[in-house]
Amino acid sequence: MSSPVSSLSASTRRATIIVLAVAALLLTLHASAQDTPLLSGGVGFFTDTKAGKTSYEPTIQPLLAAPIGSHLLIEGRATLVETFAPNGGDIPGYNHTHFIGNTYLQADYIASPYLTIVGGSFLTPFGTYNERLTPIWINNLQDGPLIGGIGLMSSASGLGGEVRGSAISRNKYSIDYTAYFSAQSGNVQFNSERSTGGRASLYLTDSRLEVGVSYGRLLQGTQENFYGTHVWWEPKDTAFRLRSEYAHGQHAQGYWVEADYRTEAFGGLDSWIGRIEPVFRMQQLFRINNLGSDNVASVNTERADFGLDYNLPHNTRIITSYARQFASTGNRNIWETGIVYRFLFPTWKGK
Amino acid sequence: MSQSISIRSLVSIVLLSALTTPLLALQTQAPTQAPAPAATPAKQNTKVSSHKSGYGSDGERIFAQQCSRCHTAPDGFSPHISGTIVLHMRVRASLSQHDEQELLHFLNP
Repeated sequence: MSSPVSSLSASTRRATIIVLAVAALLLTLHASAQDTPLLSGGVGFFTDTKAGKTSYEPTIQPLLAAPIGSHLLIEGRATLVETFAPNGGDIPGYNHTHFIGNTYLQADYIASPYLTIVGGSFLTPFGTYNERLTPIWINNLQDGPLIGGIGLMSSASGLGGEVRGSAISRNKYSIDYTAYFSAQSGNVQFNSERSTGGRASLYLTDSRLEVGVSYGRLLQGTQENFYGTHVWWEPKDTAFRLRSEYAHGQHAQGYWVEADYRTEAFGGLDSWIGRIEPVFRMQQLFRINNLGSDNVASVNTERADFGLDYNLPHNTRIITSYARQFASTGNRNIWETGIVYRFLFPTWKGK
Repeated sequence: MSQSISIRSLVSIVLLSALTTPLLALQTQAPTQAPAPAATPAKQNTKVSSHKSGYGSDGERIFAQQCSRCHTAPDGFSPHISGTIVLHMRVRASLSQHDEQELLHFLNP
């Protein structure tokens, strides 16, 4: 019979050590008045009806950011989801599965005004969606774009190093960049592929226009290149936002364009009408061949999403949408609703 | 086997306690934090992001140009984390050092 201690799995012991180390670090840190570590994230309840079958997904996405001095930041995000989906076939009732996963866990060292060095598990910087719009408290629609798997190297996160920062920042424009190298890892929580790549963006401040290019190269198995571009535009003095991306891989390519708007005409953004946010996303995926596995649909697919979000007070948001998806494997309607609460508070009261 | 379970339970309870204690403490202190001066500007920032012309400061302009591209401003937050938020967003959004300082000044005038 094994001893009680040895009966604890290695992963449990590792997780315990990590949590205790982080807790000890947090408890011993003497943060300044504005630099208390924060706990943020979103709590959401989502429903998803596809082809007449409804699934339910209570979700928590916690985010921790803990500065150590003025140049070092430890940050991480995780996702906890419990999915209740109907049993297949003629079996009545629901089955449920759960998922707990690290999204990223990284250390950021601000080496100079133009350079930040990142080490650890980081979000793959290809396009904009993965880094900017995956938090549930930010995204306008529940589902990611059809081309979401292109350029993200399967796991959407890398394990290794990254450099990033603002190369040039002027009143009229700014240029930012990021470049990374990731090693291969089969660890469940830090899964990644050996790859490299980067992104550069130009932002014109007067016209509120951002254009950027991305590049990624898979360095294991069949080595492949991925290219991407993005255009974001938020016209000045409006609450209109246009976001778009195009991505090209050796096996598939496609684009998405998303627009959302809130009116200020009836008492401003905080009026009950101003809190309504219509959203539209159009997207197409073109399959070039099926020789590789790139985590996107295996056939040409088109989809139009019509969303209607409502921004409640106190950081709460209702997200609803209807989508029609067209593919040779079958057309279908997708109805989605959800409510998300965003939390943001210090881990303890600072000095 | 039962010992193993009890040790796991003990570890779980300790970890749960360690994580919830600061939250409970925070909850207790919430009334004193609520009227903190910097919490009010943070709420006002939501209105800044309502895209009115003419910004009062560089920080206000930077907030409207950079932050609201991705998200709306939170309704309010403790002044104790304003530096952490700005540092976090400097990395996430690749803000310049100048932008970071102006934003911090805007959030904590």
